[in-house]
Amino acid sequence: MRAFNYSRADSPAAAAAQAAQIEGARFIAGGTNLLDLMKLDIETPQQLIDVNHLGLDRIEATDDGGLRIGALVRNTDLAADSRVRKDYALLSRALLAGASGQLRNMATTAGNLLQRTRCPYFYDTNQACNKRNPGSGCAAIGGVSRQLGIIGVSDACIATHPSDMAIAMRALDAQVETLKADGSTRRIAIADFHQLPGTTPNVETSLTPGELITAVTLPAPVGGTHVYHKVRDRSSYAFALVSVGLILQKDGSGRIAVGGIAPKPWRVEAAEALLPQGAKAVSARLLDGATPTSDNQFKVTLVERTIASVLAQARDEA
Amino acid sequence: MNDHPPMAISRRRFLILGAVTATAFAMPPFISLKAYAASLEQPAMAKVTIEVNGKPQALEVDTRTTLLDALREHLQLTGSKKGCDHGQCGACTVIVDGRRINSCLTLAVMQDGAKVTTIEGLGMPDHLHPMQAAFIKHDGYQCGYCTPGQICSAVAVLQEIRDGIPSHASASLTEAPQLIASELQERMSGNICRCGAYSNIIEAISEVAEVPA
Repeated sequence: MRAFNYSRADSPAAAAAQAAQIEGARFIAGGTNLLDLMKLDIETPQQLIDVNHLGLDRIEATDDGGLRIGALVRNTDLAADSRVRKDYALLSRALLAGASGQLRNMATTAGNLLQRTRCPYFYDTNQACNKRNPGSGCAAIGGVSRQLGIIGVSDACIATHPSDMAIAMRALDAQVETLKADGSTRRIAIADFHQLPGTTPNVETSLTPGELITAVTLPAPVGGTHVYHKVRDRSSYAFALVSVGLILQKDGSGRIAVGGIAPKPWRVEAAEALLPQGAKAVSARLLDGATPTSDNQFKVTLVERTIASVLAQARDEA
Repeated sequence: MNDHPPMAISRRRFLILGAVTATAFAMPPFISLKAYAASLEQPAMAKVTIEVNGKPQALEVDTRTTLLDALREHLQLTGSKKGCDHGQCGACTVIVDGRRINSCLTLAVMQDGAKVTTIEGLGMPDHLHPMQAAFIKHDGYQCGYCTPGQICSAVAVLQEIRDGIPSHASASLTEAPQLIASELQERMSGNICRCGAYSNIIEAISEVAEVPA
């Protein structure tokens, strides 16, 4: 690991201001992904700004009946919150399907959104990777790509976003609240937060340098039956091959977001309109334009079958 | 952007400043990577005090030192094991402020003021923790390398269930999680045992939790 300076910020504003002043500075919260990558020289920050003690670890009701989740709320605490379990069950279920108990105790809400891909070629510094080293190429294309993306990918990168939590956040229309170095704040719709790779897979979010996530907000509960189903190579503590988050209403309408297949949580509102027609129609619309490799062609079928499974489960539970 | 002079503040002084305060706004407008790299040719050191097994420990560590390395290399508490060093195996599991974490994925400097319990703090050969005794009774290991992490994790798992924290194996999110084997298996999935003593580990935890057979 490269040497770095460490400081504890004493306010969100001071953290954002310092991060913008020092090139290569990084915020550290749970550290579960950043330290992992620092040990491999994939992340080489010169300065770590610890944001763990800024009071951003509360979950509060909002005036419009929703929830404001502090950026530093741990994944365990978010999944266990009684309001989340009752009104946003999809979020609890997605969180509990991710990582291990130890990691969920450390990992934070903002850090979960900001985690990097687990593409093996991104992790192997001997391999070409446009995300890690822009312009070096993509060894995953033409490589072993069973785990990798089938839609939203580009000729420069076929990595997936690994988060389960983000799938639920996308289905729930979350918004990301941030604070910039100049003291201004903004809200970013979760749909616009993660960027598709295009020719710049190193740019993963719409955050500007030094911009600090302070909270993620959820609108008022939408009701319905919530189901999260994660298909993976072992039954616990593994990344998704495909995961599907579904909110199904009594009238047959609903929302659906898919993980494990794209560089961001994959949701296509036009596909949701086809829910009454069943999984095949929804899946076909959701994956319109998909470019699977021979290794991950199976995900096309798996998405359809997982959607069929969650629809059946939701109808059973309703 | 490389025209700015290097930070007019020594690395040590910078660390002593500790918390970034409003003074951060008065710092130079931008510090380039090149200037900053020059200031980091030597490791950055920091002071940290961590309460380990009930005893405050004041340490001066390279900022890169993980909590695991601080425990093993600075405090000679070698019960916590370094397996993968990437949060994948769970051998480094310790309990920090009541929660189990992977000590390899947190920095010692981030744990200033924290209360840490390691396997040595749970019990020693002359006064075993019930979970340690149960692992011995049920042969919950073969080589034993993952065992300290398994036991720290298991002790915290039972507390998590008592605290009503749900898991992926919980049938209902709105009812209290049950003390059943499938819950224990799911919650212990972050602790890998390459000898494959899993069934005996679950038996040991079940006995401590008084799970009906």
